[in-house]
Amino acid sequence: MSKYHLNINGTPKTVNVAADTPLLWVLRDHLNLVGTKFGCGIGQCGVCTVHIDGVPTRTCLTPISKVGKSQITTIEGLTKNGDHPLQKVWQELDVPQCGYCQAGQIMTAAALLKKNPQPSDADIDTAMAGNLCRCGTYLRIRAGIHRAAEIAGKESA
Amino acid sequence: MNSTHLENAGRRDFLRKSALAGGGLVLGFYLNPADSAAKRIAKPSTILETAEFKPNAFIHIAPNGTVTLISKQPEIGQGIKTSLPMVIAEELEVNWKDVVILQGDLDPVYGSQSAGGSRSTPTNYEEFHRLGATARTMLIQAAAELWKLPATELIAKDSAVHHLASGRQLDYGKLVEKASTLPVPAPEAVILKDAKDYKLLGTRIGGIDNPGIVTGKPLFGIDVKLPGMLYAVYEKSPVFGGKAVSANLDKIKSLPGVHNAFIIKGGTDLKGLLPGVAIVADSTWAAFSARKQLKVVWDDGEAATESWAGFTAKAKELSTQPGTEILRNDGNVKAALEGAAKKVEAAYSYPFISHASIEPQNCTAWYKNGTIEIWAPTQNPEAGQKIVTETLGIPKDKITLHITRSGGGFGRRLIPDYIIEAAAIAQQVKEPVKLTWTREDDLQHDQYRAGGFHFLQGGLNDQGKLIAWHNHFVTFAHKSIKDGKTTLEPGSGANLSGDEFPGRWVENCQLEQTLLECNIPMGPWRAPRSNVLAWVFHSFIDELAHAAGRDPLEFRLEILGDKDIIPGTGKQDLPYDVNRMKHVLQHVAEKAEWGKKTFPRGQGQGVAFHFSHRGYIAQIAEVTVSKEGKLKVDRVVVSTDIGAQIVNLSGAENQVQGSVIDGLSALMVQELNIEKGRIVQSNFGDYPLLRIADAPTRVDVHFLKTDYPVTGLGEPALPPLAPAVCNAIFAATGIRVRQLPLLRTDLSWS
Repeated sequence: MSKYHLNINGTPKTVNVAADTPLLWVLRDHLNLVGTKFGCGIGQCGVCTVHIDGVPTRTCLTPISKVGKSQITTIEGLTKNGDHPLQKVWQELDVPQCGYCQAGQIMTAAALLKKNPQPSDADIDTAMAGNLCRCGTYLRIRAGIHRAAEIAGKESA
Repeated sequence: MNSTHLENAGRRDFLRKSALAGGGLVLGFYLNPADSAAKRIAKPSTILETAEFKPNAFIHIAPNGTVTLISKQPEIGQGIKTSLPMVIAEELEVNWKDVVILQGDLDPVYGSQSAGGSRSTPTNYEEFHRLGATARTMLIQAAAELWKLPATELIAKDSAVHHLASGRQLDYGKLVEKASTLPVPAPEAVILKDAKDYKLLGTRIGGIDNPGIVTGKPLFGIDVKLPGMLYAVYEKSPVFGGKAVSANLDKIKSLPGVHNAFIIKGGTDLKGLLPGVAIVADSTWAAFSARKQLKVVWDDGEAATESWAGFTAKAKELSTQPGTEILRNDGNVKAALEGAAKKVEAAYSYPFISHASIEPQNCTAWYKNGTIEIWAPTQNPEAGQKIVTETLGIPKDKITLHITRSGGGFGRRLIPDYIIEAAAIAQQVKEPVKLTWTREDDLQHDQYRAGGFHFLQGGLNDQGKLIAWHNHFVTFAHKSIKDGKTTLEPGSGANLSGDEFPGRWVENCQLEQTLLECNIPMGPWRAPRSNVLAWVFHSFIDELAHAAGRDPLEFRLEILGDKDIIPGTGKQDLPYDVNRMKHVLQHVAEKAEWGKKTFPRGQGQGVAFHFSHRGYIAQIAEVTVSKEGKLKVDRVVVSTDIGAQIVNLSGAENQVQGSVIDGLSALMVQELNIEKGRIVQSNFGDYPLLRIADAPTRVDVHFLKTDYPVTGLGEPALPPLAPAVCNAIFAATGIRVRQLPLLRTDLSWS
């Protein structure tokens, strides 16, 4: 067991865990940030996606010992008030079915829009390829990312 | 691009037939008279203030005007937590923004709480109208008494009672005290709204939990956390039914964070508590890490020789022998096939597949002083309670079961195996404990959609009409003990009804069945049976249409024939309304411009339809297959007839589009292999699901509004997808897909 000083959603946190503990379980079991989900444990489904220094990252494969001083952003910290264009659009278009994968979808999509504010369908399919949705909400995810891009474009104009 | 359209069927003969085909008969089957609104008198609630107006167990109105509605059925992504309360809110004349929805615990006051078989809407729809209308009637009566006016002069609107003549109004909150003193009116004194006055039903309402979902709130079973909670894993035999003989428990107990490790003897029921080793630790990761060092000696049992390759060879061998059971025998199929102008033969097969709900199975339980409290992502809380009583001897009234949101159901969570495992572990540790299955546990200990083998023969006369249909179905079965005798019974979802289309339609029709004994758990997978039978039968019908040189749609319309209703002949089989099916089929053809478009080689359209869960659905798929054999589904058009009212248009469209994509995922990539009595695949690396790039470009959903009773939509839109796509592949390439998944067939062409 070792002490790790983390920067999560802009707040310093200290945890005392084994060095190989994946960030996923630190968030879920030790910090009560359960918006980041467990799906496969091998980086195949994307439900555990957070941003580490802005890069969408699979927390199930990220041991706590490798996190260091990075800025970690989870779905709980994506915005203060839940008003990221994607969070608004996901409600407007009623994207979720069961909803379990959607935090991971939103985190991956948020990183995509930051890099590419007006993505094409093909850009979306490439960026979102690592996020499974078992309920089959892919059509609304595509539509939602386009719509969020439109809203973000208007907001920044 | 997607579009959804609501349309009136506009054919008055639907009215005429509704009494016969649906109407009283169907509703009578679904509705239990004992469940009437009048009997649902409010029961004291521990979660809400006593000063509220509670005309029944589902509606609570607080003096501040907040309307709390109880969702009784589990939410698994089918949208029921939003849609059923919408029905109450419609009749109650309450503003949707004033509504709070709480998930009810398992409680007999709510009636049946299982969510399966697409039954939640049809079994509750009428009653939920009455619940809301009853409360509205009482609120109007309360205002009438306060104002000393006749109730007939008052109306309810926007969460208030209005006297239009004087312009007075009283918000519902202000009527709580008075309404609480009134008797519940008799059912005949309660008038339901006319459908033309609906403001909420049929509109697009977002899922009630969406704000929590997009901000990461704890909503799911796996998110449950209790003070002092421990974390458990449970390792079972990789061979189904194997027993745990011994394990290195002392070593495991010495590992960091581990509190306890023990063997649970378990039983032999594949849907119950199976033998295994529990590890209980102070975090999920500590439990997962300790498990990596777990060494168990298993007694594999008799299933260890089973393999998919062995089953396939056996099925082929059996296909040349007569079936052990005749499910249907009309006319003389042998003579008709011999005399046919054209005869077509084909063998179809499909593998076992997993539910793979994205939230792995999990359950939290807390055993104290002979009572147990359970938090479960379940579709079937009653089954969870029952298995805990039967296995652990904890009486029903000592079990509290909280229903959490489920990260997908698809039928998996109808089976309570993970609930009894958590409860058994909790009984030993006597602390709150959460059991989490890994993805490997989930894939290797599912209640699988059964594989199967169909050996088909069809005969056409010289007019190209289908005159003979013969099928030898080789399917999977479990041993079962009946009246002291051991017999074989088809696994759950592995059976075939002799009534299944085209069983009742072809004059010479023989359906034979042979059972293959296995020890693989089988369970309901979204649209059980239908999810593969529609593929087999509509693919083979397509083969016959092409052999006859006829248009596949017109060929199907001829098979459906001119009778209005084909009665069911089996124990559970329903009458089949031929006109409803022909109507959706003709509708989808029109919307997809069937026969009007010309496609280059490599592109094409395919059609299929299916009746299940009381819904009539037809689909046309448009595909492109590259020369290299890469499939892209360009468009799927879906026409559905699920009755007189779509409850939530957004949720309904989600269910249809989700069914299309789910069906495509099963068709294209999902397959389990079995070797030495165990599942070979272990995670999404070797058991892929469909990813976004393979989703159709476009899915157009049409809801035909008819005069029939309102039915459910969680399942019936799935079955036609696979045959529509495979028939489109044939139209595009001339390649017939007879084995699932699609990746088993080379689709390249030149």
